[in-house]
Amino acid sequence: MVQPEKKRYIEDEKKRQQRMKRIVFGGQFGLGILVIVLWEVLTRYEVMDPYYWSSPSTIYETAKVAFLEGTLWDDLVYTSLATLAGFALGTVFGSFIGLSFWWSAYYSRISEPYLIAFNAIPKLALGPVIVILFGIGFFSKVMLAFLMTVIVTALAAHSGIKAIDKDLEKLLYSLGAKRRHVFTKVVVPTTMPWIVSSLRINIALALAGTIVGEFISSRQGIGRMILYAGQILDIDLVWVGVVVLSLLSMLMYAGTVSLEKLLLRGQEPKQ
Amino acid sequence: MYKLKVVDASKIFRRDGQEVVALQATTMQIPAGRFVSIIGPSGCGKSTLFNMIAGLIKPTTGKILLDGQNIVGKSGYVGYMLQKDLLLPWRTILDNVILGLEIKGVSKREARKKAQPLLERYGLQGFENNYPPELSGGMRQRAALLRTLLYDQDVILLDEPFGALDAQTRLQMQGWLLRIWEDFQKTILFITHDIDEAIYLSDDIYVLSHRPGKLKAKIHVELERPRGEETLLSDNFISLKQKLLDLLREEPKDNGTT
Repeated sequence: MVQPEKKRYIEDEKKRQQRMKRIVFGGQFGLGILVIVLWEVLTRYEVMDPYYWSSPSTIYETAKVAFLEGTLWDDLVYTSLATLAGFALGTVFGSFIGLSFWWSAYYSRISEPYLIAFNAIPKLALGPVIVILFGIGFFSKVMLAFLMTVIVTALAAHSGIKAIDKDLEKLLYSLGAKRRHVFTKVVVPTTMPWIVSSLRINIALALAGTIVGEFISSRQGIGRMILYAGQILDIDLVWVGVVVLSLLSMLMYAGTVSLEKLLLRGQEPKQ
Repeated sequence: MYKLKVVDASKIFRRDGQEVVALQATTMQIPAGRFVSIIGPSGCGKSTLFNMIAGLIKPTTGKILLDGQNIVGKSGYVGYMLQKDLLLPWRTILDNVILGLEIKGVSKREARKKAQPLLERYGLQGFENNYPPELSGGMRQRAALLRTLLYDQDVILLDEPFGALDAQTRLQMQGWLLRIWEDFQKTILFITHDIDEAIYLSDDIYVLSHRPGKLKAKIHVELERPRGEETLLSDNFISLKQKLLDLLREEPKDNGTT
């Protein structure tokens, strides 16, 4: 049968994908704008009470003043550094704990229930103790962020250890490998995707730890600023703190995503 | 002088208070440069035998002698390759192949220099910098075998290396393996379920019987080398195949004797 005179329609996969990407990106961006505009309009016409809800324009103005005349910039640096330090310590230390379980099955099995029990403790409830132990300075915030992240990482690494292919170990031993060879050439790389998958959760947990540390007692930091603003009923300034923290959190999240790529080089993160 | 001697080696486990014989006392004498296949139903202790020779488990009784030296419980004296290619997915093909050398303490640069010509000669040129998931099953098995080969031991154990490949790739790989064996003059021990494969490749075939694993017969394969596709259809081949089929069929329990 001869096809009737008709233009041939060839589906271009690349074009279709690009089109989809454009629409998705546009939609995401548009949705954000829409929320901000709605917020602004609703508070301006007092459908939502601007005293409680503030408004994007007021937040922007307040933030400008806080940055230029207040201590917002210093607070931001303080909170960021405490979070990053706690995150880094927690991740490195947690990885060590998790990886150490590979070396001895007895040690691993004896410690596992304690690890799980420790994970179940709401670490933030320990906040006052940490502050009393480590003072109201920078270090107590780092410790809280550390406590929030260390067990999560250790458990993630432990799952990685359990998933190691026994045949891979066997192969290495057949090549005359010592345990340390198996550790560096198989155990660490196999576990890496599990450790990496804990990074994204950890960065948010570390930030929460730092903020709570600042809530409890601090001279600096965004958490302290929010608490202070709340106490003097400066709700606009509370909103500034929340918005700045959200932006910080997003930025750190983006940072961990690039860190993941660097650490994995082609492997997929595992849950 | 035999290259490899297995003297009265047996393996017995205790499970639920009962002794389970994985392999009855077995003796094998393998001259240097031979291609030897071991064939038998699942659960006949073939892999146990290999694990003992590779030094990964200790036999309950008996000795394993390599060049007259006892290597019981000592790993790293023979090359060992399993059915799974076990390539490390985070390493390129080239870096996977040099794994054994790295463990021996050879520097990465030197090891790569040594491996490069091998990859080129044996059908992996252009794939050096690919990662294992990007290669076909046959290619991955090649890389795995070259890794064993580069480790440079005189005796190589191959545990069903082509078991997971499709028939056509399998034929190709068999030819490829014979070429390597002739080039390098290694002593090869080869586990397989496939009677055709065993006859096509081997000088000698050991037949093991079902649980408890026991050496049942040793058959010498008198087919001229080099062997080609026509070998598979020769009378000699067919009669050997008949003999092996009979041997395997004599099993008391009919348990997957393929």
